[in-house]
Amino acid sequence: MEFAEMIRTGQAQAELLRGPEEPPLRGTLCITGHHLLLSPGPQATPDLWLLLLRNVDSIEKRVAGDSGTITLRCKDLRVLQLDIEGVEATLDIARSIEALSSLESVITSFPFFYRPKGLRLGDAWHFHPPECYYKRVARETNAWRLSEANEDFSLCPSYPRAVIVPRAVDDSAVARSARFRQGGRFPVLSYFHAPSGTVLLRAGQPLTGPQKRRCSEDEELLRAVLAGARPGARGFIVDTRSPQAAKQARMTGGGTEAKAAYPGWKRLHRPLERGRPLQESFVRLVEACGDLEQSMDRWLNRLESCRWLSHVKETLSTACLAAQSMEQEGACILVHGAEGTDSTLLITSLAQLILDPLSRTMAGFQELIEREWVQAGHPFQLRCAHSAFSHARPKHEAPTFLLFLDCVWQLGRQFPLSLEFGEGMLLALFDHAYASPFGTFLCNNEKER
Amino acid sequence: MEHIRTPKVENVRLVDRISSKKAALGTLYLTATHVIFVETAPDTRKETWILHSQIATIEKQATTATGCPLLIRCKNFQLLQLIIPQERDCHDVYISLIRLARPVKYEELYCFSFNPKLDREEREQGWMLIELSEEYKRMGLPNEYWQLSDVNREYRICDSYPTELYVPKSATAHIIAGSSKFRSRRRFPALSYYYKDNHASICRSSQPLSGFSARCLEDEQMLQAIRKANPGSDFLYVVDTRPKLNAMANRAAGKGYENEDNYSNIKFQFIGIENIHVMRNSLQKMLEVCELKSPSMSDFLWGLENSGWLRHIKAIMDAGIFIAKAVSEEGASVLVHCSDGWDRTAQVCSVASLLLEPHYRTLKGFMVLIEKDWISFGHKFTHRYGNLDGDPREISPVIDQFLECVWQLMEQFPCAFEFNERFLIHIQHHIYSCQFGNFLCNSQKERQELKIQDRTYSLWAHLWKNRADYLNPLFRADHSQTRGVLHLPTAPCNFMYKFWNGMYNRFEKGLQPRQSVTDYLMAVKEETQQLEEELEALEERLEKIQKVQLNRTKVRSKQSEPSKHSGFSTSDNSAANTPQDYSGNVKSFPSRSPSQGDEDSALILTQDNLKSSDPDLSANSDQESGVEDLSCRSPSGGECVPSEDSGKDRDSDEAVFLTA
Repeated sequence: MEFAEMIRTGQAQAELLRGPEEPPLRGTLCITGHHLLLSPGPQATPDLWLLLLRNVDSIEKRVAGDSGTITLRCKDLRVLQLDIEGVEATLDIARSIEALSSLESVITSFPFFYRPKGLRLGDAWHFHPPECYYKRVARETNAWRLSEANEDFSLCPSYPRAVIVPRAVDDSAVARSARFRQGGRFPVLSYFHAPSGTVLLRAGQPLTGPQKRRCSEDEELLRAVLAGARPGARGFIVDTRSPQAAKQARMTGGGTEAKAAYPGWKRLHRPLERGRPLQESFVRLVEACGDLEQSMDRWLNRLESCRWLSHVKETLSTACLAAQSMEQEGACILVHGAEGTDSTLLITSLAQLILDPLSRTMAGFQELIEREWVQAGHPFQLRCAHSAFSHARPKHEAPTFLLFLDCVWQLGRQFPLSLEFGEGMLLALFDHAYASPFGTFLCNNEKER
Repeated sequence: MEHIRTPKVENVRLVDRISSKKAALGTLYLTATHVIFVETAPDTRKETWILHSQIATIEKQATTATGCPLLIRCKNFQLLQLIIPQERDCHDVYISLIRLARPVKYEELYCFSFNPKLDREEREQGWMLIELSEEYKRMGLPNEYWQLSDVNREYRICDSYPTELYVPKSATAHIIAGSSKFRSRRRFPALSYYYKDNHASICRSSQPLSGFSARCLEDEQMLQAIRKANPGSDFLYVVDTRPKLNAMANRAAGKGYENEDNYSNIKFQFIGIENIHVMRNSLQKMLEVCELKSPSMSDFLWGLENSGWLRHIKAIMDAGIFIAKAVSEEGASVLVHCSDGWDRTAQVCSVASLLLEPHYRTLKGFMVLIEKDWISFGHKFTHRYGNLDGDPREISPVIDQFLECVWQLMEQFPCAFEFNERFLIHIQHHIYSCQFGNFLCNSQKERQELKIQDRTYSLWAHLWKNRADYLNPLFRADHSQTRGVLHLPTAPCNFMYKFWNGMYNRFEKGLQPRQSVTDYLMAVKEETQQLEEELEALEERLEKIQKVQLNRTKVRSKQSEPSKHSGFSTSDNSAANTPQDYSGNVKSFPSRSPSQGDEDSALILTQDNLKSSDPDLSANSDQESGVEDLSCRSPSGGECVPSEDSGKDRDSDEAVFLTA
């Protein structure tokens, strides 16, 4: 398939409005395979205005007389208006943008074509391989080992090749535990808290099902975790679903750990919103922000009723709970929800940010995202396919990663001197997660990458 | 002293409100001016001092097994929970405090006994720090439209107004006198703020005695005169800051508001700010929420919402914004009044002036603003803040609300104000403390009769002396956002009204944020300043050393050429002093060099920290550049010292060698 087939018209005269503060930009509009270009013409300033087509979330066209207007709503929440001369040109451009912005195939996307100056392919990849983090853990404790049981992604397609598991458990036990967990996501080490000697683990839900099945290797694995921490250590299993939801999950083969089967572990339910309700909350938040004419009361009402801030609060307090029980009570924590790829990662990454000063540095934060989001298999492509403006019915979209960034921002507000990076870093991460010339957030897991 | 029944009670426990387990054991003392609690723990012996005038309420609760609880609520939002072992002691303390916290005469107040050990001259100078006549001069008055009027000489027309007032030139004494008879408590329209740029002005008065149909020709002429004093506009806004219903009700009592039909070319506008009783109850409700023990997030938010406090703050701000816009954008003059024109009017006029005038956003300018709109125009401090035993229905947090409005603006414009939050908090504290004479009495006239200036000290001088504590490290006078009029964002999602934790929970250390960017930046700034001073001192010394060397070489050359003796007689004199100077320098040098090493690391540190903290100052690029400003100044200073120093040092060493 060629891009040229989808480009109906190469260029047109247009005027771009970028918002109330910035002056309109007039010039020639061009469409390429990945970009929308606006060149102001030779007499004006030479700088080119450029938009990645992948960034377009929704497009709206309106025709009046012999000119047309296209409103582009971007995934980074910008709203742009293009006034284009000629009805035909307008329709053509709109259709081209529509086609090009919703390409499904990853291989045709821009990161495969993007070659920034000064960067060579393969150079900066694997900045933070799992081995690297294991080295840090191994310096502190001997109770854990790096397992390559998932070398060919056969145990768990969404885990990286190497994961950290208790030394006392061999690879065959790990394989059986993987079969007992949703998506093969067996419990792995997420973070080792050296000062208290406790660990943070994450997993998928156990597949107990209606018959309340058990898996002795899975039980053994968690027992080994406690034994490795210190004698008599306790553990908490933080389930990010409500008790009812966890019970219901049994009907579809999922469920939670039975109390009797895991001595020393206590289950806590901290229901966090996920999936579609979270996406709807995000959409309503952005809607409320877009209305500049409303009264203070109306704005506060809408802010309250979209419940975004209460999601932020619930997430943060659950992460604090995990961090506190590790630091103050010396307990090990296992976090899981259903699949263990969304709210689970929220909690484990935020808890690390709270506990570990290193992850609050610029490099440490990047490492944290690489390890706990990208490598841990957060399905970026599914979750970030559309942002708040899309009219398409949401299927798998959810702003989980944005919720994480918001929580980090709130922490930054509380502790203004503790984060090495600022708001700009968080905004950039948000932009790149949704549409980026870089490949970091492409695909759903390591296997696909 | 005769009111103190028991001066000292031992084994009293002070309960920590946040963690109820910890209670500090100590001794309670009652003095003529303070309640003092001294902890017995030998290593700390922490002292808590409470001025009697700060005590708002004292509550004796039912005796329990551990003792008799006594709850002291302060006007500066401190809450003291004491447990006294003996019921009888508790009762004695209770009865004593009830009397001590409610003085009946001004002479009992702390300011008449407070002595900061300043001599008479210093005290008088302190009172002269803020001069209103200077302020009017700064505004550009008198001019062709406005003049200083002496109609209120010896408070002949209005006893709650100052004697020096600015009125339109065309308003004759006859018009003013006539107008004053038509205004509640004779508070006729007078100038509060004059906007130099377009001749528009903000005037203030009390409500007209219009009833249902009464008119007053002079009052109509007075408003006409104000309108004509502004050639740029053909109408005058009249802003009644009360809710319309309240203003209508006042008509039945023969008061009310201006009828647009009777006054030519006025635009009449109601802005619903509630009265002092509503505000008092609202604060009460909000403080109850603050007192909740470990409330959930929704409990707190519900309580805050139900208190309506932030809603009232917003109403005051909206009024101020409306007036500032009318003056700066429409170029129209505004007359503001409420009922008596001393509560809501003062709030609204000062908020509007603060938005319009950068000078009021400086340390000294803010003092002037309070002096002008509150003190001189007869805000009833004694009644509102319960300094003397009086009608509790007169008490209301009017100026507290104004201070909070300022704080909300500071949060919105972090670079626009020269002062910081602490400045506002200390002003609030001293409005209630009665330690200084500024806020005593209900009017200028009363203050003069009491000879306040001869018998007490001025708070402004005290604050000015300690101004280093009150500076906002982010203040940028030349910032594009903070020059001229402050423009508030129109979209509500861009302007949040926040709960002022630093004020209402200021004594709950556990609830305060653990990291303060302000304190941090202030420390950095102070360090930079110290380093710069050190640099200056070093450079001066260097110059001296070089001069010495020069003189020595000259001395030597003189010795070799005795014929030129007469020409060098002056340098010979100075050369005689040099050995002493020089040895002095040498002695102090080694002690300095280690500190110089510290300096270097400290500089790197501050630079790093600045970098890490600047994104927190929000994404505004202007602000960021402001901070970068700060950061590039110090390294450039730091870098050029050592190089210059060492270079010249080597030179001077060589010179020494030569002379030797």
